[in-house]
Amino acid sequence: MTRTMMPKSEPAPRPTPTAPRSYHFPTFERHTLQNGMRLVVAPVPKLPLVSITAVVDAGASTEQEGQDGVAALTAQLLLEGAAGLDGAALTDRFERIGTSVEAHADWDAATVSLTVLAERLPEALALVRDLLRDPEFPDREVARLKDERLAELLQLHAEPGALADEQFSRAVYAATARYASPAGGSAPSVRALTRDLVRGFYAERYRPTTTTLVFAGDVSVERAIALASELMGDWQGDVGPMITRAVDAAPVTPIVRVVAKADAPQSELRIGHVGLPRRHPDYFDVTVMNAVLGGLFSSRINLNLREAHGYTYGAFSAFEWRRAAGPFVIQTAVKSDVTGAAVREILHEIERVRSAEITTEELTLATSYLDGVFPIRYETTAAIATALSNLVIHDLPEHFYDDYRQRVRGVTTESVLRAAQQHLHPEQLRILVVGDPAVVATPLAEIHGAPVEVVTPEGVEVAA
Amino acid sequence: MQIPIETFRLDNGLFVTLSEDHTAPIVAVNLWYHVGSANERAGRTGFAHLFEHMLFQGSASVGANEHFELVQRAGGTLNGSTWLDRTNYYETVPSNQLELALWLEANRMGYLLPAMTQQKLDTQRDVVQNERRWSMDNQPYGSWWERLPALCFPSSHPFHHSLIGSMSDLDEASLDDIEQFFATYYTPDNAVLSIAGDFDRVEARRFVERHFGPIPHGASKPPLPDMTLPPTLEGPRREVVPDDVVLSRLFLAFRSPVFGSDEYYAASVCGAILGLKKGSRLHRRLVRERQIAAEAQSFTYDLTKGSDLLVLDVTARPETSAEELERAVHEEVDRLWDDGVTADEVARAVTLIETELLVALQSAGDRADKLSLFATYFGDPSLVNSQAARYREVTAERVNAFARARLGVENRASLLYVPRDTEVAPAQRELAEMGSR
Repeated sequence: MTRTMMPKSEPAPRPTPTAPRSYHFPTFERHTLQNGMRLVVAPVPKLPLVSITAVVDAGASTEQEGQDGVAALTAQLLLEGAAGLDGAALTDRFERIGTSVEAHADWDAATVSLTVLAERLPEALALVRDLLRDPEFPDREVARLKDERLAELLQLHAEPGALADEQFSRAVYAATARYASPAGGSAPSVRALTRDLVRGFYAERYRPTTTTLVFAGDVSVERAIALASELMGDWQGDVGPMITRAVDAAPVTPIVRVVAKADAPQSELRIGHVGLPRRHPDYFDVTVMNAVLGGLFSSRINLNLREAHGYTYGAFSAFEWRRAAGPFVIQTAVKSDVTGAAVREILHEIERVRSAEITTEELTLATSYLDGVFPIRYETTAAIATALSNLVIHDLPEHFYDDYRQRVRGVTTESVLRAAQQHLHPEQLRILVVGDPAVVATPLAEIHGAPVEVVTPEGVEVAA
Repeated sequence: MQIPIETFRLDNGLFVTLSEDHTAPIVAVNLWYHVGSANERAGRTGFAHLFEHMLFQGSASVGANEHFELVQRAGGTLNGSTWLDRTNYYETVPSNQLELALWLEANRMGYLLPAMTQQKLDTQRDVVQNERRWSMDNQPYGSWWERLPALCFPSSHPFHHSLIGSMSDLDEASLDDIEQFFATYYTPDNAVLSIAGDFDRVEARRFVERHFGPIPHGASKPPLPDMTLPPTLEGPRREVVPDDVVLSRLFLAFRSPVFGSDEYYAASVCGAILGLKKGSRLHRRLVRERQIAAEAQSFTYDLTKGSDLLVLDVTARPETSAEELERAVHEEVDRLWDDGVTADEVARAVTLIETELLVALQSAGDRADKLSLFATYFGDPSLVNSQAARYREVTAERVNAFARARLGVENRASLLYVPRDTEVAPAQRELAEMGSR
């Protein structure tokens, strides 16, 4: 067939960029109410919308031993009855002003967040006040949300990717570490939760001094302060003792664990180890190093596994940033019969990034991406509110977002190599595979010469 | 909320829409080609999507993998997606990189074929087959993506077959197919280009003319077969799928009015009353009150030809049997059919939808995509500015008229996933008795 549709002329040469226009992360102000509750307000009057996020220092990391999952359950229950309204009525109040509220707890914070038309902000904030200050935790809803969490866990165990995530955490962290089990709790821990435990957790952690209210959007600083003072100013109460849970790594053996899923057409792979806490001085070097290794589409791992070998639809690496050291993980799903080969390539890429400096082209790809994409990340009021929430949660420097792009550009090929050598630990890598043991066990055993442990989805060891 | 819109058309047929917004130094480029899986020939299911992957494999002036690299190096984000009736490609970049994004899109629209090789095709075939395994074959309930359209559209209809494609059809795809598909569908007169964000309209127009202007008009594309369908399924349909799942899940689909029609907005509001967020009927009744479902939601496919689909998607609690779940969802639909909806329920749904429409306009990429959508389907991007008004015009009477016409048992297709080795009764007797509706 002739290419009848090729243009007659040669294509124009690759254009060069014009001068960049300047961009500043939205300016924001802080304020503390007399009761100790803090406010962060970023006026962004682009559209008549406001996002608010209440950040409470009540994440899963602050749970007492034996109460895993209470933070998540407490946060969700805020929406299920407050100030004399039951959950259905509360939901209705939010939805009638065109918004829906989300409440959940992850490792480091509980958040209550919503986006609403600016003209409905006072009503929305009054409802948020009710559920933060006067939650009722009805027995029936405690039981229902526990059952829903148990159903969700069953569901996750049927999903290879989610099962791999959960089992990877168990492989990487010591059994005593909170990070070894899911933030939302595991089935036994959730079953043991009670209304009294929820009320106790709420009483100790949800207080004005542990709460920051973030506003981003079409609202002035003065108005945000006035509204918050009016609705939250008389909230009183002392916070309970702060808990810090261990984040120890698990013993390194076994190196390879296969979670058996017979006849699986793909293997879900997770390879990694305990990473770094968010407020680590090497944050920027590590971020750029990870971008080159597996953080971008054009990263080494993705180009190798996807574009060179066609093993997968995608392969990525990440440092999961938490207050304490979250995991470093490389994740992908590969066709079952190339599982061993894919693991080999990943291990090779980790060795490679530790053994020689990345090229200048690789460095500038990562840094110019992270630099250039910065304004695109903060197009929405919700994204700005999330960024400001992270500032609060991790107690980052006040100018963190103003300095971000300059800090990224300050990373060098030398500092990336140093970060790779100091923070990637081949000898600590755990390899977790959800897949068909009949296909993957032997090739995996050949990689390390070490025995491959095969377990059921419930984590019970079976003969390989 | 009205966004500014300007349009023009190049001599080669390329339709261009521009929408300025200078609040941040960001610009989005978005290109819709009016081709999707519906245009695939027999024996080539999945080809439109495989072809989308090939568009990231370089063109005359762009090396393999360079498309991603150039955009990311410029500080931009990018991707593409394939749907039943369209394929889109998009970048959001710092505004000083607008010309790069346009050049990349023009280079592959005009000069793709010199870069196509058998090896690239083979690799992307592997990638797509892995995408299929990841999104469908190794995913609980994953096959709903192809089972639901297959259940709701007759086998001769262009929306019937799998979008991701069968493994064997993907195996058959050749470089000849690439050439033909490219020459037929990837032409300027079969595309819409939208630019939204921080740009100078005179300069943007100059860039567009410079890079897209030389690309020749295509020969006309072959017409799709007749897409017309009866408004209902003309009798209940049901498929039970044993799968590696622990919770039963029901997709209950209705043929519904095509996207853009007045009745579409009534259907969309009806869907929202049933399944949008926690205040919806299904969530309130089945998740909160009766506690037999773990999750409930609704959605539409937003198809503009033949028939749209309105779908209710409800997942059971572990202790709820598939039959109990199915019966409960049918009861809620029956209740709506019998008693109708209230003005209050319509108000809740429309208010939520209005906020969602406004929230989506915050991002340049979403704005550009919406402009391309309305320009591609209706030749009029300014329709983006009338969506909220069309929703506000919906009344309880119109929702009830839609429900009476389309939610009857003769227009229900049940796709029911059950844990393997579960016995499931044939369609219930009550259901058969409701056939007169």
